Amino acid sequence: MKRRKFEMAAVPGNVARGVDDRFQVATPLRRLLNKVFPDHWSFLLGEIALFSFVILLLTGVFLTFFYEPAMTEVLYNGSYAPLRGTPMSAAYASSLDITFDVRGGLIMRQMHHWAALLFMAAIVVHMLRVFFTGAFRKPREANWIIGSLLFWVGFLAGFTGYSLPDDGLSGTGLRIASGIMLSIPVIGSWLTSSIFDGEFPGTIIISRFYIAHVLLIPGLLLALIGAHLGLVFKQKHTQWPGPGRTNDNVVGERMFPRYALKQGGFFMVVFGVVALMAGLFQINPIWLFGPYEAWVVSAASQPDWYVMFLDGSTRLMPAWEIYIPIGDGYVIPPLFWPTVVLPGVLVGMSVLYPFIEARRLKDYRHHNLLQRPRDVPARSGLGAMAVTFYLVLALSGANDVIADKFNISLNAMTWGGRIGLLLLPPLAYYVTYRICLGLQQHDREVLAHGVETGIIRRLPDGRFVEVHQPLHREDGELEYVGWVVPKKMNRLGALGPAIRGFFYPIEKPAEAPVSPAPPVDSETERSEITSGERR
Amino acid sequence: MTSDNDRRRGLLARLRGRPAARSRGRRRLGAAVRLLAALMLAGGAYTAFAPSVQAQDTPMSSAATDGKALFNESCVSCHGRNAQGVEGRGPSLVGVGSASVEFQVGTGRMPMVRQEAQAPRKPPVFNDDEIRQLGQYIQELGGGPEVPAGEDLHKGGNLAAGGELFRINCSQCHAFGGGGGALSSGKYAPTLKPATDRQIYAAMLSGPQNMPVFGDNQITPEQKADIIAYIQETLNHNQDPGGFNLGRYGPSTEGLAIFLVGIVALVFTTLWIAGKS
Repeated sequence: MKRRKFEMAAVPGNVARGVDDRFQVATPLRRLLNKVFPDHWSFLLGEIALFSFVILLLTGVFLTFFYEPAMTEVLYNGSYAPLRGTPMSAAYASSLDITFDVRGGLIMRQMHHWAALLFMAAIVVHMLRVFFTGAFRKPREANWIIGSLLFWVGFLAGFTGYSLPDDGLSGTGLRIASGIMLSIPVIGSWLTSSIFDGEFPGTIIISRFYIAHVLLIPGLLLALIGAHLGLVFKQKHTQWPGPGRTNDNVVGERMFPRYALKQGGFFMVVFGVVALMAGLFQINPIWLFGPYEAWVVSAASQPDWYVMFLDGSTRLMPAWEIYIPIGDGYVIPPLFWPTVVLPGVLVGMSVLYPFIEARRLKDYRHHNLLQRPRDVPARSGLGAMAVTFYLVLALSGANDVIADKFNISLNAMTWGGRIGLLLLPPLAYYVTYRICLGLQQHDREVLAHGVETGIIRRLPDGRFVEVHQPLHREDGELEYVGWVVPKKMNRLGALGPAIRGFFYPIEKPAEAPVSPAPPVDSETERSEITSGERR
Repeated sequence: MTSDNDRRRGLLARLRGRPAARSRGRRRLGAAVRLLAALMLAGGAYTAFAPSVQAQDTPMSSAATDGKALFNESCVSCHGRNAQGVEGRGPSLVGVGSASVEFQVGTGRMPMVRQEAQAPRKPPVFNDDEIRQLGQYIQELGGGPEVPAGEDLHKGGNLAAGGELFRINCSQCHAFGGGGGALSSGKYAPTLKPATDRQIYAAMLSGPQNMPVFGDNQITPEQKADIIAYIQETLNHNQDPGGFNLGRYGPSTEGLAIFLVGIVALVFTTLWIAGKS
């Protein structure tokens, strides 16, 4: 029998054909791989959060191999001398062991913590992008709500993780959390004693937080992230208006190979940035905080940044205690308002915003095209207002550190925060509104009169005028289409091709042609790149 | 032969018998002499007894005398003559001891530049000898706590015990890393980074500015050595195993770093990636 020649090049094809024969995956896979994603830098912000979450899962699994979620009291006998012989919980002792005795433990811990901060930061930045561009409008309200929930579930994940090492700082945070829960009228004491299994701190809270932190909350996050991405797939990504882009198509790159390669590369960069930060910057030095004891509290005890606005709201809240004379008398402590009511209102407002805006504008159409923030001054103003409100609270959460390091009186910081919280957001609204109007006006001006060329012409009567390059040939005005208006001559190709390359030119700049160049032909037919199948 | 006239005269005069009639000038002279004698007697008695009150103290040492001279030049305007304090300007220094002087003058806090919430640390105005002389003067003036001799006051200190004491007693204000923290109305707990053993010891003994006094009956000298050992060897000397410590300000600077470094770097990356289409 003649031995058949083995062809290496045919192996992938044969394997793929064999797989498709058995599982019939070619059609759905082709559809998936041909999926088109629009390309803009601001669409990549959510991916930072997604990739941070992957890093969190990877490093978190490593940490669970060595962490002991128990509050049993042990005598520390590890390699960190200044704590040797100190009684502490097994949780804290194992966290110290991860830090000092497990190979690679410290950088894993630091990567986990930095990735957590990055996860929350990327969620917020992504949320701001979605808000300011109007990407939350119909039909994507559900995804906006899921995104808001992701922030709060991430908040819980962060807080439970912050509590697990059981060091002085995390115990202080836990004490505050128990105080917040106690401040809730009627159910407060029941809630607290059911979570802590009795009085704070009890003996079980670390074990409960552990299972919440490693199973329940990540499971919930995973489910929400899955739904979030699934909806992006189903409803397709929004895109900026522009040539060829309409409300009914998606212009961009196919999932495979370009988009997938880019995303793979981006994951590597995110991983690299987190690893770099973990290697260069020390985070949460638990060995300095010492084991948690109820009588130990340090100055500059702050929560992680995404909780700091609640710390700030607590610091700014005046000590208004409400006494209700029912029965033996009932007290609503001032802590209730800034730490329970405020976040409740914030959740409600963020979740309901798409519906509020649609109702106010009576706009119930589908929107797949984004809006530039300048074109919706009221929304941009509201966003600026919210950001300012949040920033004042977050800065007030660190007001003792700011007061100390910038030589400001702490009392002045508190009063500055109180006044700023009321005055600065409306001011931000007004300023943003005016800036948006100004930018709009300038866009219209360029469309009507052309781009400033920088060429000054002297008229026979002695006047000087600047020559403008009109953007169109005939008389009349160009319509504003919600996309970037060219405002410089080299945007029109007048000064030759722009020099490409990020740090240095990758192609030689061409000879500059005589200005002005022939206008760009915008009549060219552009068609949507589709997956090639009918639906 | 006693008469009414006799009765009106004094006893001595009666024993002496009837005096010879003296001229008016002589009588006046006699009165002046008697007055002079009485004054000398009173003055002599005063000079004999009154100085003996001061004579109970040993005379000031030469260091204290020099210190008093320095005090009269630089401190007297606020702390008053003999260091008994001036209302609204400076407190009495009677009884604060040389520990207080060593801390306040040795860290440059005194003399103050101006009256404010709290005197900041600055380069000391006096040299070590002068500080010792000032301290000696204040010590001899009213007694008070003194820092034990020697530069290294944490020899043999137990780091773990010191750490625990530090977290219980010091970290509320000076923070977990010894970097200091804010107090109300512009007051603050300073950083412990530049402090020497003697200055920390002196601060615990004397309770400068807003710091409470940690006397030897609250924190024993051995425990003080433990605390100083923890501050100097762990907080001030120890390398940060995790990299740059971001000032050890806790999560505030960590939050700043994730935005200024992490988010900024990644936004530039997104610009780079999206620019490659």
